[in-house]
Amino acid sequence: MGAHAIKTIEDVGRGATGVLEYAGGLAMLSVESAAFIASLRVRLKETFEQAYFLGIQSTVIVLLTSTLTGMIVSFEAAQNAVSYGISNVVGGAVTFTTSRELGPMLSAVVVAGRAGAAIAAELGSMVVTEQIEALESLGLSPIRMLVVPRLVAMIVMMPVLTILADIVAIVGGGYLAHTLAGIPYDTFTESIRNYGSFSDFWKGLIKAAVFGALIVLVGCYQGLSTRGGAAGVGRSTTGAVVLAIILIFVTNFMMSLILFR
Amino acid sequence: MNFARIEGVTLRFGDKIVLQDCTLDVKARAITCLIGLSGAGKSTILRLLNGLRTPDSGRVIVKSTDLATLKQRDLVKFRQKVGFSFQFAALFDSLTVGENVALPLRENTKMSDAEITKVVHATLESVGLENAVEQMPSELSGGMLKRVGFARAVVNNPELVLYDEPTTGLDPIITHVLTDTIKRLRRQLNGTAVVVSHDLDSIFVMADYVAMLFEGAIIEYGTVEEVRRSANPIVQQFLQGSEVGPIPL
Repeated sequence: MGAHAIKTIEDVGRGATGVLEYAGGLAMLSVESAAFIASLRVRLKETFEQAYFLGIQSTVIVLLTSTLTGMIVSFEAAQNAVSYGISNVVGGAVTFTTSRELGPMLSAVVVAGRAGAAIAAELGSMVVTEQIEALESLGLSPIRMLVVPRLVAMIVMMPVLTILADIVAIVGGGYLAHTLAGIPYDTFTESIRNYGSFSDFWKGLIKAAVFGALIVLVGCYQGLSTRGGAAGVGRSTTGAVVLAIILIFVTNFMMSLILFR
Repeated sequence: MNFARIEGVTLRFGDKIVLQDCTLDVKARAITCLIGLSGAGKSTILRLLNGLRTPDSGRVIVKSTDLATLKQRDLVKFRQKVGFSFQFAALFDSLTVGENVALPLRENTKMSDAEITKVVHATLESVGLENAVEQMPSELSGGMLKRVGFARAVVNNPELVLYDEPTTGLDPIITHVLTDTIKRLRRQLNGTAVVVSHDLDSIFVMADYVAMLFEGAIIEYGTVEEVRRSANPIVQQFLQGSEVGPIPL
């Protein structure tokens, strides 16, 4: 076997080990966080503060992206539906795609960009300024102090954001279907009643809660694994956003297959 | 009598050997100062002493207990009895000075808010910062940050206090104040302290014992006078700050 082939095998092995180490670390963080939550050792004041910062302060950007997305989905659907004479399905189609996929996933991607980056940057800065070691030296768990409040806050706030995202996307969709394609509001709402499903809606919220947990766990893990000063914080932050978005798409794919079969 | 002992410890970070068969005694109710070149592993020794690092081989014994035998829960409890003052203070920047100092009491004791407030005020007073309770760390000077770090390290009356570079980068007056504070806090607590520093003037003022770390091992240990009179050319070159000698630049 040539030296080039050996090097390739070594690189593949090293890459695989890195992925497994990362997955193992993320799993450990999840288990330890879950243990604190299960034993009700949650710091409530910090949890509310994080719910405000990670959730409520993300509302505007989530509403903006969801409204525009709902409108454009409705516009595309309405144009075709009217030309085929099936304008009575537009409301249902918008509701269907929004509650199942677009609402939870787009909200999660937007929040990953904002909150995931903030989490990784904050925890990464704490690592490089020795604040994490300071916590440990005081006999305090960084997971309980830092990860758990963010995790609980996001698991609660992500579905709330998704509910809002669903509502504005559907309302925006109805408005555009009416103004640009001439579909009456009554027809749009009747279509929602006929084709929309409450089960789709709450399954979307389950997805949202899972995405919220993913964003926090990846952000925290990236932040806590930071090495190498300011440059390291930058790498962790970028990595947190990229990885969270990839995991959101992959998880969404798997959850859709499981929940909507 | 030894309060702690690092015994034959070897520790590697990746390929780099930081400590090699290193042995150090920490005498009870005394200040032991650790000197050595930058990157020699002095701060690592502090982290071994409170269980933040685990040696690859060898033992770290504190009050007759080998830290390797402690379960995670016991290690956490052990750390609550060891104060650690970090090089850059490592204060939590989202908390006020008072909240930083109160944190170990709030999280690790069942003291009431009134009791905690009283202890925090007394501790901040002992480092001359009783008026800084409501200030944020970002509003403090370097010397004040260090003193808040001291206060947080000693607020729960630890038996052992570890100081990492307590006077580095500070002016001579603040250095003098901090050196005095370390000596006074040790007396008040009637405890044991280990100080890592490059500041030889401060070390000679506060140390009861001095240990020099070089290439992963303690090469000199004794009282200030014994170390000053050391026949080891490495020690002498370090103490004189000379470029000429066996220490490779």
